[in-house]
Amino acid sequence: MQFHRPETVEDALHLMAGQPAKLLAGGTDFFPALGGRRTSDAVVDLTGIASLSGIARSGSSWRIGAMTRWAQIRDADLPRQFLGLQLAAREVGSIQIQNTGTIAGNLCNASPAADGVPPLLALDADVEIAGPDGTRVIPLFDFITGVRRTELKPGEIVTAVLVPDAPASRSAFLKLGARRYLVISIAMVAANVVLSSGGALDGIAIAVGACSAVAQRLRKLEENLTGTVPGSEDFQKAIAEYGLHELTPIDDVRASADYRLAAVRTLIARAVMQAVEGRG
Amino acid sequence: MALTDYALESGTSFDLNGRTVTVDGPPSERLSYALRERAGARDVKVGCDAGDCGACTVLIDGNPVCACITALGQVEGAKVETQVGLAANDAAGKALVDSFQRHQAAQCGICTPGMMVSAVSLLRLRPQPSEEEVRDALGGVLCRCTGYRKIIDAVMDAGKPVETVEGGVGASIPRVDGLPKVTGTERFGDDVAPEDALTLRVIRSPFHHAAFEFGDLETYKAETGLDLVLTAADVPGKNCFGVIPGFEDQPMFAEGKVSFKGEAVAAVVGSTELVNALDLTAFPVTFKQLSHALLPEDAASVDDIHRNRAENVMCRGFVKRGSPETVMSEAAFVAEGSFSTGFIEHGYIEPEAAFARRAGDRIEVHCCTQAPYMNRDGIALLLGLPGDAVRIVPTAVGGGFGSKLDLTAQPYVALAAWLLDRSVRITYTRSESISSSTKRHPSQITMRIGADADGNILAAEFDGVFNTGAYASWGPTVANRVPIHASGPYKTPNYVARSAGIHTHTPPAGAFRGFGVPQSALAQEPLYDDLANALGMDRLEFRRRNALRNGDATVTGQVFQKGMGIADCFDALVPHWQRALEDAAKANASGGRTRRGIGIAGGWYGCGNTSMSNPSTIRAGVTSEGEIVLHQGAMDIGQGANTVITQIFATALGVSVSSIHLVGPDTDVTPDAGKTSASRQTFITGNAARLCGEALRERILRLANVSAHADISFADGWIDVVDAAGAHRIELPSLEADNGTYVLEAKESYDPPTLPLDENGQGVPYAVFGTTAQMAELEVDMDLGTVKLLRIIAAHDVGKAINPLLVEGQVQGGVAQGIGLALMEEFLPGRTENLHDYLIPTIGDVPPIETLILETGDEHGPYGAKGLGEHCLIPTAPAILNAIKDACGARVPNLPATPDKVLAAIRAIQAASPTADGELSPAS
Repeated sequence: MQFHRPETVEDALHLMAGQPAKLLAGGTDFFPALGGRRTSDAVVDLTGIASLSGIARSGSSWRIGAMTRWAQIRDADLPRQFLGLQLAAREVGSIQIQNTGTIAGNLCNASPAADGVPPLLALDADVEIAGPDGTRVIPLFDFITGVRRTELKPGEIVTAVLVPDAPASRSAFLKLGARRYLVISIAMVAANVVLSSGGALDGIAIAVGACSAVAQRLRKLEENLTGTVPGSEDFQKAIAEYGLHELTPIDDVRASADYRLAAVRTLIARAVMQAVEGRG
Repeated sequence: MALTDYALESGTSFDLNGRTVTVDGPPSERLSYALRERAGARDVKVGCDAGDCGACTVLIDGNPVCACITALGQVEGAKVETQVGLAANDAAGKALVDSFQRHQAAQCGICTPGMMVSAVSLLRLRPQPSEEEVRDALGGVLCRCTGYRKIIDAVMDAGKPVETVEGGVGASIPRVDGLPKVTGTERFGDDVAPEDALTLRVIRSPFHHAAFEFGDLETYKAETGLDLVLTAADVPGKNCFGVIPGFEDQPMFAEGKVSFKGEAVAAVVGSTELVNALDLTAFPVTFKQLSHALLPEDAASVDDIHRNRAENVMCRGFVKRGSPETVMSEAAFVAEGSFSTGFIEHGYIEPEAAFARRAGDRIEVHCCTQAPYMNRDGIALLLGLPGDAVRIVPTAVGGGFGSKLDLTAQPYVALAAWLLDRSVRITYTRSESISSSTKRHPSQITMRIGADADGNILAAEFDGVFNTGAYASWGPTVANRVPIHASGPYKTPNYVARSAGIHTHTPPAGAFRGFGVPQSALAQEPLYDDLANALGMDRLEFRRRNALRNGDATVTGQVFQKGMGIADCFDALVPHWQRALEDAAKANASGGRTRRGIGIAGGWYGCGNTSMSNPSTIRAGVTSEGEIVLHQGAMDIGQGANTVITQIFATALGVSVSSIHLVGPDTDVTPDAGKTSASRQTFITGNAARLCGEALRERILRLANVSAHADISFADGWIDVVDAAGAHRIELPSLEADNGTYVLEAKESYDPPTLPLDENGQGVPYAVFGTTAQMAELEVDMDLGTVKLLRIIAAHDVGKAINPLLVEGQVQGGVAQGIGLALMEEFLPGRTENLHDYLIPTIGDVPPIETLILETGDEHGPYGAKGLGEHCLIPTAPAILNAIKDACGARVPNLPATPDKVLAAIRAIQAASPTADGELSPAS
């Protein structure tokens, strides 16, 4: 059984080209998936690649390295467009999980209830992928294709999450669960908003998690809300009357599908108001 | 190329607690396993192997992480710190050792390493953290014993000056067994196996109900290189076990047919490396699914699981007093309703673990258990050995709550070690633990209660169906106990209660803190609210009016002349209740989408077995060197028996607690103190300890020929006895020794006085009842259905608090389990077999808990003390449910009251009538 800890992306790709390998990052999904068994596959641990960790802005884009831990995101000094993402980082499992879990691991695990996905969808994030044929960038929305399914091909690794700079945008994130810590969401909502000088919604992005196989942006609702004043009657009406057709919630051990739809309406209104008010 | 291929190198090197270690092991192995099994760091605990419980928390380069989801290879060159190192060498760690001891923040101790390691990381950054900072820092570590409040206190109090508390009965001394728990040296079920032990794993049914056949086991054994494959054919004794005489119905290995998902069919034994690498799904067994029933209503339509139990009815319970049917029709007000609860998992953080070795014609089993002697006798029957050929050596127990009474892992290693004459170990995985261990019985209850126009209870009728799973376990106890308790601690002159335990294809439901009484309180207490509201009476006042008092008859006709303390509990809550009513009115006056509610509930619980002998024996001796040795067999599973029994014994003997050397419950050297269940240890073993201490004292006083008030003190080789008449010295070596071990020995037993119940359940089932009343304050989010607890106030009549701090710890832990029962917990076979789908409260889910300790004394208890363990959680869930209804108008009769159910209930009453305040109406 082989265990590799490459220090560069090139080395990692080289290793993976030669053999079927399991990728290891924070381990928060890798080990639970093993249960009581042990893996006999080769393991490539990506956490030794220093260049894949950290958050930086270059020009009009922010780059969050694939191996950046949720604790780093939580504690970073970032503009308010990222507040929703930072609030989500605080809700990832526990401090223990935040200290090891990585942003790319959260995306590649492709859980419908991944805490990181809704805020990143609301940020219009892209995913940067390195592979034997070079580097490609695809929208996050296209990257996750289903429950535990992504666009990542054998031999490829995610190297970064890219977020367009939006200094006027403010954001929020709400997670609903049956207990305070260490909880898988019943539903969650991320919102990024830009306000006009008159206080109306000039731009809005709403993403909902744990209510469909892949977290969804509610683009039609975003359209309907644009121009309304958060908290106004028009605003409330637009949310109340929206069909939520993007969502296909299920009944599971955490909640009923009906409940999820009802809760999401409340969470959307609250998340937008929270983003507007800039509460953390 | 900077490639590192660890497989080609020699181990992983890192700094472990200040020393460099090189650990040989596959670098992709879990760090928790490598630390425990290869680096000797047994202070790193494993509770889930999934990052769900935090017990394995270590610091890697200063950051708390779960070692179970970290690869060994990932710590190459890193600095790894564990509890042992931090407790010994770190300033914050040392401060936490003191404050955890002082606050009794460790109960069973299994989560303590994770808690303390996480807390060190916090205190290094924030030496004086806020409560919120403590919660955030410890939110990743689950505790099932403490209710977290003492842990929060301890972390916030770390580094403050320490005042040592000493004393016997009545003193809040630190746990006598606490230091190992807070320094990382305590040894639990998985911590004691010798290095060369083989490992055993159990092959279990993936189906609820199935027939099965084995393939060629000999070939499988040969091809895999296993030392042993075990099936029912290898069981030398009778292949069945159980806990209630006449109901021993569970096979160690199923024979041809499995009756629940998780039932054992076979076991494999081999070297640890081999067994851990084995793919158990490849074991040669084929299952053919059969139709199953998971709910009692479906049980009559499937084949009987046990012969002689037609339609899968295990047994029924019955209590009747007066003429309930007639009197109910005369009641001015009648409240009625149907209520249900699901399976509740005990959720101890330590999975079942054991190791066994053969010593000649005897077998020795080291295990975490609540019932060493029952385990001994059960294993003897399975192995076909006499009882004294089995020795049970209990380890520390990382939580039990009832489920570690039954045999689980022990028989498998005992049989394997017996056959192989090698040490054999086993530790259940979390999913194995959840899927195969006993549960709290799911309940379906219908109840009617009638009151007169003045608010006096006239009559109650109770029908309860309990899903007892595939095997009996403690189901008969639940069926018997519930009808005795379902009235609650209230005068109910006309009463009938019927219960039934029904078999289904689910894990056996057994003992869990309260034995069915928490479920019955979840019917009775909400109906009391309905009656009070219909009468226009204050809900607390209504309960006070009906509370049992000394001289009143219970529903079994038992009359207490002393110690019926429920009215005292309600009285103690009055000022808190008034304050909370005002707070809630004020909070709700300001509008908004959250509504404040308060709820109250009472509870009672009879201590010890129901109308059955259940003695405890305590032995103590004085060596010729003057050492006092207490053989204390009451299993301490975190609740504090080691401390309580020692305090009682020390007080009876008239010496300090610190002068006593404790010998634990090893069946070879310590007599049977019975099982740790039914809130019986403080009362029953406590009495045995009191009698034993008094007997030893009397012998000493007689030797010195002095008065009863003499002071005695022990020194190296003699006892000094001093009274008003002067001082006497008893030279111990000069005495004729009682036996080879002790110069002076005493052994005393106590069995509580009870009387059998007649055909109507009338009689004296328990010598002692403890009582409690609790209130809950909370907020309901009317749009999300979420519930935020603000405060729990718990009044408990404990007769006499032997150790008030331990009382608080028990109360807070019981309340936390009641919170889980009320708001989040439900085990669904096959669906919630881990600690992220089965939710227990985290540190963020338990609000401040105020404990009001009442001491009304007791006729039988040692120094007036009663049991407490079960009582704490009985009123919590009903108080919460009542508070939810008070807040939002909606009742959630089918637990748990998860947000979706609360919101559905709110929407339902809003749809029915926007002004509806309940479903109650005066009876015609």
